[in-house]
Amino acid sequence: MKLHEYQAKRIFAKYGVPIPEGDVATTPEEARAIAERIGGPVVVKAQVLVGGRGKAGGVKLARTPAEAEEKARAILGMTIKGLTVKKVLVDPAADIQDEIYLGMIIDRARQRVVMMASSEGGVDIEEVAATKPEAIKKVLIDPFLGMRSYQAVEIASGIGLEKSQFRQFIKIATGLYQAFVDSDAELAEINPLVVQGDGSLLAVDGKMVLDDNGLMRHPDLAAMRDLDEEDPAETAAREAGLSYIKLDGEIGCMVNGAGLAMATMDIVKHYGGEPANFLDIGGGANAAKVAAALRIILGDPNVKAVLVNIFGGITRCDEVAKGLLQAIEEVKPDVPFVIRLVGTNEEEGRALLAEANFPTARTLAEAAQMAVAAARGELK
Amino acid sequence: MSILVNNDTRLIVQGLTGREGSFHAAQMLEYGTNIVAGVTPGKGGQEHLGVPIFDTVKEAKEATGANASIIYVPARFAGDAILEATAAGLELVVCITEGIPVLDMITVKAFVDQHPTRLIGPNCPGLTSPGQAKVGIIPANIHIPGPVGVVSRSGTLTYEAVFALTQRGIGQSTVVGIGGDPIIGTKFIDVLELFENDPETKAVVMIGEIGGTDEEEAAEYIKNHMTKPVVGFIAGRTAPPGKRMGHAGAIISGGKGTAAEKIKALEAAGVPVANFPEEIAELIAARL
Repeated sequence: MKLHEYQAKRIFAKYGVPIPEGDVATTPEEARAIAERIGGPVVVKAQVLVGGRGKAGGVKLARTPAEAEEKARAILGMTIKGLTVKKVLVDPAADIQDEIYLGMIIDRARQRVVMMASSEGGVDIEEVAATKPEAIKKVLIDPFLGMRSYQAVEIASGIGLEKSQFRQFIKIATGLYQAFVDSDAELAEINPLVVQGDGSLLAVDGKMVLDDNGLMRHPDLAAMRDLDEEDPAETAAREAGLSYIKLDGEIGCMVNGAGLAMATMDIVKHYGGEPANFLDIGGGANAAKVAAALRIILGDPNVKAVLVNIFGGITRCDEVAKGLLQAIEEVKPDVPFVIRLVGTNEEEGRALLAEANFPTARTLAEAAQMAVAAARGELK
Repeated sequence: MSILVNNDTRLIVQGLTGREGSFHAAQMLEYGTNIVAGVTPGKGGQEHLGVPIFDTVKEAKEATGANASIIYVPARFAGDAILEATAAGLELVVCITEGIPVLDMITVKAFVDQHPTRLIGPNCPGLTSPGQAKVGIIPANIHIPGPVGVVSRSGTLTYEAVFALTQRGIGQSTVVGIGGDPIIGTKFIDVLELFENDPETKAVVMIGEIGGTDEEEAAEYIKNHMTKPVVGFIAGRTAPPGKRMGHAGAIISGGKGTAAEKIKALEAAGVPVANFPEEIAELIAARL
């Protein structure tokens, strides 16, 4: 789960990371009031869960409260990469001498949390990694020891900070690690960490992505989820215990198992179709879950055919078939279906579907070709 | 022959008295797996499915001479269950549980790495050596014993591949689901090495998916160390970047971990990559 910039920075601040003393506004008038309180120039920043806000015109400098109101009016309601801006953060403008990147992620190959920093702040770390990898300093963190001061000094020295800044940097780096661990994060980033005219460090931008599996023990963080920023179908799926991702194609896919769901999308494409979604209904495939899945798939107006691919393992295919028929009866879809059931009791399952006049397929290849034909209106 | 589990496996089921544990333990017993104990803290001294229950793994191991365990406890407690089984000195620990926080797994894996225990999973379907032992949730009836080793990050996709092999009369030595999480106990290269050294395994199926670089590492290993034919499959050619495709580990992040990169690495290592699951069986048949 992604957090907004203001949410991430407020968490960082609890761990001793210095952040600008700004606030969040949902109206231009509120933005003006915050700017008045701050006094002096401010930055008005769109709060949306995508990158590239600055390039899209979602981050503006304002010299006066009146200007802050005007900029907020322009930014609130604008669309950035498909998301509507509903909140802006109004922060005092920083006195920027230099910009540093500081972030931590999980290094899968090394199986450790890794802290990364670079003197090339303010730009994407992936860009720096591609063009100037030697500018990135990394330390791996031992889970039993945590982030230690000497590691922070290694980084600070490696990116060329002044010796007088080491103490500040240690506090920020160890604070960021603690925030990361305590929040069950999978990414935490300060970009840029600004070196101000007086030599002090300030976290001007913040980003945090939380591990969805960790949310069960952080109800306070789970409550920060911004449903406005999520596709409504993905929200509905999450609430029904389904894993769903909307894509741009015309063949709706319902599959049990994540790997098989991906393989099903891939084979649809292989035979000239485009998958409309990823959807894993998980184990069991009972009628209620199948019905919820069907409603979500059919809620996408692009869907012209539905391909159901179920591998009955411990769940028997005849039970899956009954669940499917019940769900179809309930939802009454008006697009063609192709159903493939394989595994335990597959003959019985297919017989039930055939009685109800549903086209069934034996192999996945056959099913995918039938679904592609059905979407084109060519399936007899 | 087989790898990791066989007729000598003496298994503890952690979470045997729970709903999942109970259901799957019954299936394993029916298959003939030698389940010697169950562990549920607070239920020690009872019996469930005819199996004695202990409060701790240590007690269960001492009383029964168990050498392996399988974990069906909820995500919140599963990390602890792995630590307990590792500390008790079991040779093999298989964790089925999905949804363990990744930071828990980093700590748990670091602990396991300091011990001789081998961890399979988490978030995996377990493993089966057909005709000998089923340690996990892979449906029993899709297997026949034979010469093909299967290793996979996925569940139902693995069943699909195994079923396709069985339909062609091609049996399996051992089928290992290593799990779909970003941090897992045993990786492709570990299992490939075991298959390479298993005299009864004649060919290997490796089923990967988007996310991470384990398939690329495996390709490198195959090129340098494997003499047996390997056939590959990679799920997620059509997966969009930045989206987690069901499995916690199945995500293309920062442009890395795409199916295209993995397929290229495997093909460069001489591994043919199937376009869809059923093709795996055809490619294997041509290489036996």
